[in-house]
Amino acid sequence: MIASLALSDVACRRGGRLLFAGVSLSLGAGGAALISGPNGCGKSSLLRLVAGFARSFAGTISVTGRVALLGEASALDGDRRLASALLFWARLDGLPDPPARVADALAAVALDTLGDVPVRLLSTGQRRRAALARVIAGGAGLWLLDEPATGLDVASIALLEQAIARHRAAGGVVLVATHQPLDVSGALTLDLFAHQPVAA
Amino acid sequence: MIALILRDVRRGYAGGGATLTIGFFLLVAILFPFAIGPDAALLARVGGGVIWAAALLAALLPVERLVGPDLEAGVFDQLAVRGQSLAVVAAVKMVAHWLAFAPPVMAAALLSAGLLGLDARTLVAVEAGLAIGTPGLAALAVATGALTAGLRGAGAIAGLVLLPLAIPLLIFGAGSITGGEGLKLLAAVSLLLLAGAPFVAAAAIRAGME
Repeated sequence: MIASLALSDVACRRGGRLLFAGVSLSLGAGGAALISGPNGCGKSSLLRLVAGFARSFAGTISVTGRVALLGEASALDGDRRLASALLFWARLDGLPDPPARVADALAAVALDTLGDVPVRLLSTGQRRRAALARVIAGGAGLWLLDEPATGLDVASIALLEQAIARHRAAGGVVLVATHQPLDVSGALTLDLFAHQPVAA
Repeated sequence: MIALILRDVRRGYAGGGATLTIGFFLLVAILFPFAIGPDAALLARVGGGVIWAAALLAALLPVERLVGPDLEAGVFDQLAVRGQSLAVVAAVKMVAHWLAFAPPVMAAALLSAGLLGLDARTLVAVEAGLAIGTPGLAALAVATGALTAGLRGAGAIAGLVLLPLAIPLLIFGAGSITGGEGLKLLAAVSLLLLAGAPFVAAAAIRAGME
């Protein structure tokens, strides 16, 4: 798995307001970083910059390898059964044997017994784990996880941490925006609050 | 891309989407005889135009479901992060919407022709016009859906956006029934909408993602 991420002096501006500036970060194979900071300091915005949805106000972002995003919404069709909703994305990802990848990913988030259940019937935490399964099945090198622990119970948070550890062991890179403490060994911490522009 | 088309077509027909289109279309077609009166000759003369007006109004019905829910569910985020061009995605959505929208409309036009007493020649002209005009209408519907996604009262605003832009389709569509060059002009308008709408829709979706 080839993946790396480098941010150099990145600034983000939204709605005419400078959210943060001077953010630099470099992650190679197996690297991980936790983005922390209070609500509204630009954690999600930074992930969306890296995902390429918006252009940074200043600085450069370079990404190698494919990118997977765990956003606020699960992007799984509510009327579809969980396994087939995941299969739709796994097929788009174009890796060999999507059904097996989906089955493995569901097992990794302990949802393997719920593959036949329509997505709309899943609970908040189950839906979050389903979205994580989509990221796992995608096999992308760089994971962008936006508040992945929201709505998860203690056992599920452990599953999330294991998934992150396995991904890093395989050479993947993880960038997590979270305000909850997560056990990610040896991860860099990026406090966006420290990068807020000084008020004029 | 085939998977995306299949998904959208399935969503288009799910939950009685086709029945709704046919029902609404027929209702509009039935309103005209009530309003104009039971004059068979007059109805047969205006019938082709009535069917086109009904098609335009039926095109409004699914607009809210085309882009808004996917934008909210993060589907476009997931497609964009996989490197899919949003203009291509929008074009795919237009193809899928046409596949879900044109067959019910053309079937409803067939039923309406009976209600309005159209002769066979007019019916053939109307169906040919619909076959050529509905791709443009579907493209316009997706672009409108993208422009109004996330707005409150999106359905009402969609009407104000879509209907004026669809007037050329109505003019040339209804005009083609009496023969002449109408069909070619209709095809030209339809092509113009098909060529431009994906980029409009993509820009609107991108703005909505921020």
